[in-house]
Amino acid sequence: MIVKSMGKNSLLLAVFALITAFILASTDRLTEDRIAESERLAAQKALFEIIPLERHNNDLLLDIQPIPEKYWSTLGLESGGDIHIARFDGQPVAAIIPSITPEGYSGDIAMIVGVNFDGSIAGVRVVEHKETPGLGDKVDVRKSDWILSFNGKSLSNPEPSAWNVKKEKGNFDQFTGATITPRAVIHQIAKTIEYFNQDKERLLNELNSSYNPLSSNQSSTEQLIQ
Amino acid sequence: MSNVSISEVTKNGLWTNNPALVQLLGLCPLLAVTGTVVNALGLGLATMMVLIGSNIIVSLIRHHVSDAVRLPVFVIIIATFVTCAELIMKAFTYELYQILGIFIPLIVTNCAILGRAEAFASKQSVGIAALDGFMMGLGFLIVLVCLGAVRELLGQGTLLADMQLLFGPIAESWTLRPFGEGYSFLIAILPPGAFLVMGFLMAIKNAIDWQIKLKAEADKPAPVKGAKRIRTTGHIS
Repeated sequence: MIVKSMGKNSLLLAVFALITAFILASTDRLTEDRIAESERLAAQKALFEIIPLERHNNDLLLDIQPIPEKYWSTLGLESGGDIHIARFDGQPVAAIIPSITPEGYSGDIAMIVGVNFDGSIAGVRVVEHKETPGLGDKVDVRKSDWILSFNGKSLSNPEPSAWNVKKEKGNFDQFTGATITPRAVIHQIAKTIEYFNQDKERLLNELNSSYNPLSSNQSSTEQLIQ
Repeated sequence: MSNVSISEVTKNGLWTNNPALVQLLGLCPLLAVTGTVVNALGLGLATMMVLIGSNIIVSLIRHHVSDAVRLPVFVIIIATFVTCAELIMKAFTYELYQILGIFIPLIVTNCAILGRAEAFASKQSVGIAALDGFMMGLGFLIVLVCLGAVRELLGQGTLLADMQLLFGPIAESWTLRPFGEGYSFLIAILPPGAFLVMGFLMAIKNAIDWQIKLKAEADKPAPVKGAKRIRTTGHIS
């Protein structure tokens, strides 16, 4: 008796597991493309904010260069990352470098730093953080335009020693009630430019040798066909 | 047991047995994501969809599932709906999906859903179970949105900010700023603010119930022996 009911119940459970697995698989199948597209758009949006379409005409998402392992710790990347390269008609314009600082008030602050090939900043965006709402979260461009104050700055303007909050004789504003968060971001941006200056030559060589116009914009593809 | 009326189910879900205000179920996501209206609405809608779906399926299979495996089967059904909701949100409202993060998969642990499946849907016909799912979901959604609206208004001085995450570009201009730019009141955004506002909402509901009860008692005609019943209209205070 008990064996019979056990058999019946496990069969029932198995049937349910199969049906639900089938439903899940089909939903996954149906939404797969759309999800990939949304993910791509979200990633692209942040890149486009830093390097607008007027300044590049390649596919920012596909034009990538891996970061050499010896720089991972400088940039706070545990498992490496890719630099996105912006080009205009094949000429490198800027590099968008992922960078994470562990010095945030509550954990890591992840950002992407766009550096022009002359060493000045094209733009910075914080992409992930857990800072206090209302205080530290002003590093987010949706909350405050503080992050835009880095545009055009480089390690010679201001001097490296001035890459700090005003409270500590630096050149950048802190927020009312929050010093740790902006200081962490400022230091990490400085480190990122420093990395870029060190690695720039290698990167440029790499870019010129690996450049493949086919993966770039439409017009160069057409030229090639002609 | 299939003699529950539509109005009763409606009243239960929205007021008397409201999952958030009375049953106090699903408080974790309720308190965690209600910083703004759009977050509250996103999670509320997802929860409602799952609740309706799971109630319908549970009601459909109620005669075929033995008591021994009832709960595992319910959990499988709910988990399926939650995962589907998650995939759909990821596909169509990606940024909102990122903001709500872990709280979407956690809908599965919202006891309100398993509670309704077990206590109601498994004993009722499909139509009324679906209605119960809708009303319970709506009751939960309304509380979420109220909480989100109060916290958003008090905390960052806006209302309906970032609605484009849910409704597309047309909603970008919906943001209201009744207190002007630069206003913020930190505690309302932080978790203690959620508990405070939730407490006030519950107090308001209880106060209204109390008033209704008082009024009902006052309206009851005093039984006077031997006298004719007099119909009274209006308030007697």
